[in-house]
Amino acid sequence: MQAQAFTRSEIEDFLYHEAALLDDWQLPEWLALYTADARYEVPSTDLPKDASPENNLFYIADDAFRLSERVKRLMKKTAFAEYPRSKTRHLVSNVRILDSSGDRCRVSSAFVTYRTKSGVTDTYIGSSEHTIVRGDAGLRIASKRCTLDLDSLRPQGRVSIIL
Amino acid sequence: MKDISKVIKLHVDNTQNLFKVPRASFVSTDVFDAERDAIFNHCWLYLGHASELTKPGQFVTRTVAGRNLIFNRDVDGQVNAFMNTCPHRGATVCRDRAGTAKNFQCFYHGWVFGSDGTLKSQPGKESYCEGFNDHGGANLVRAPRLEEYRGFYFIAFDQDIVDLATYLGNAREYIDLVADQSKAGMGIVGGTQEYSIRANWKLLVENSIDGYHASTTHASYLDYLKGTAGSLAAVGLVGVGRDLGNGHAVIEYTGPWGRPIGQWIPAWGEQGKVDIERIVGGLTQRFGEERAQRMALKNRNLLIFPNLIINDIMAITVRTFYPLAPNQLHVNAWALAPADESEWSRKSRLENFLEFLGPGGFATPDDVEALQQCQTGYENMREAGWNDISKGMGKAQPAMDDEIQMRAFWIEWNARIEQANNAR
Repeated sequence: MQAQAFTRSEIEDFLYHEAALLDDWQLPEWLALYTADARYEVPSTDLPKDASPENNLFYIADDAFRLSERVKRLMKKTAFAEYPRSKTRHLVSNVRILDSSGDRCRVSSAFVTYRTKSGVTDTYIGSSEHTIVRGDAGLRIASKRCTLDLDSLRPQGRVSIIL
Repeated sequence: MKDISKVIKLHVDNTQNLFKVPRASFVSTDVFDAERDAIFNHCWLYLGHASELTKPGQFVTRTVAGRNLIFNRDVDGQVNAFMNTCPHRGATVCRDRAGTAKNFQCFYHGWVFGSDGTLKSQPGKESYCEGFNDHGGANLVRAPRLEEYRGFYFIAFDQDIVDLATYLGNAREYIDLVADQSKAGMGIVGGTQEYSIRANWKLLVENSIDGYHASTTHASYLDYLKGTAGSLAAVGLVGVGRDLGNGHAVIEYTGPWGRPIGQWIPAWGEQGKVDIERIVGGLTQRFGEERAQRMALKNRNLLIFPNLIINDIMAITVRTFYPLAPNQLHVNAWALAPADESEWSRKSRLENFLEFLGPGGFATPDDVEALQQCQTGYENMREAGWNDISKGMGKAQPAMDDEIQMRAFWIEWNARIEQANNAR
């Protein structure tokens, strides 16, 4: 059977949906967009683009288990950095399908995410690379790597939200 | 300098076992100005680690206490710390973060310096007098002092400061406990966590060596360990706090997390068990049972006065920071690891690190929040003016969740600021 081709508009809709779930703090629903072996990574800002988290210090290098624990934690009132919850707005743009084969494609996009808490708005700018797979239940994310276009986490100080 | 004696006065009552710190110390711009000189111009400050400069010509650029520096190993193998400013007209000479260079060329007028800082050439040399640089005044300016202890390089802006080993004093024992963890040496892992906190730098000093806040601030991290199959070792948060003198302090304790240097957890499986037994066996051979067990099983949060933290916990972090304003600080943090550890160990170590530490971890963001909320709380200081760090006062041996470490810091801080204030 011929695999159904990915189209940019389909991918864009999917990424906008991901962004909306994050902005609405529907994190368990957001997590359900990820495969059971998914990865989520945010490299430190001084690392080369292809750096591996196995021998470099990242900000975040979650496997599927830790990602689910991240969500579980963020839903608790004891995740003090995010409770009371910050307001966020995830903007996604410049979406391109880099390559695809069969039921899997690699997508690059640009993002700007605003986080407002206690009267301060911080901005996270960067590019994302998603690996997206098509399954019986629709599109799922097998990996997401957010590379910040920043020299450091200053003044943001933390990536306590999901980018 | 303004008279700040009233603002900085500690309230210490040894009969009542009370130790209080005026909140103005975290807020006042006069105190901030005073400590920039009395503390940061007259203490040894961490610059970098020997493992960052393994090759001739290798360099990193770095900011320490507001100064931009080049930290390099010159082509002859000597380690240097240069002020990263052209002796000609002041432009930043090296604008790369890191790399390898035989020479540094200032792009403004093209002066070229060797990796030892010596002026090698300048365009239009014929227009300068004979012997223009005979006294070295056109070479890169060195940081006034640069010394090393066990791979940790420190600089000082005070030419007359005591030597580093004397300054470190009793803290050397604790640096040794980290430096000795590998025969092959310890190394900084690639990747720097650089972040800022909207709070006073002394709040991060306190927080970094605070055993008292773990079970509350980090409840969600401890939940995570408890909820993760095999992630807990059957040991509690138990240990001691120590004042090491000269403002240095440490807490040393057992903790329930895995330590890739010696505390196995079931989640690491049989391979992990074999690896850790081999590591601990090696330590025992080199240092004997008692010291090996201490290195393997005990956690240590170490403060080197004023602004270096070496925390040997579920991973090792080296963290230094500097204030930009009373309510703003910049942090640089690295992971330190045995240079020869196995792929498995390195991976487990970095996973451990990221679970707890750093701006994306399950714990540090909550610390950042706590520090910022303290800073916000100090806006009430006219009516609510004092911090209390009395916990464990009067005990023969304070525990890891007492506050002797903070008192050690504040006594040294206060003595230095007071001396500067009296001499003004």
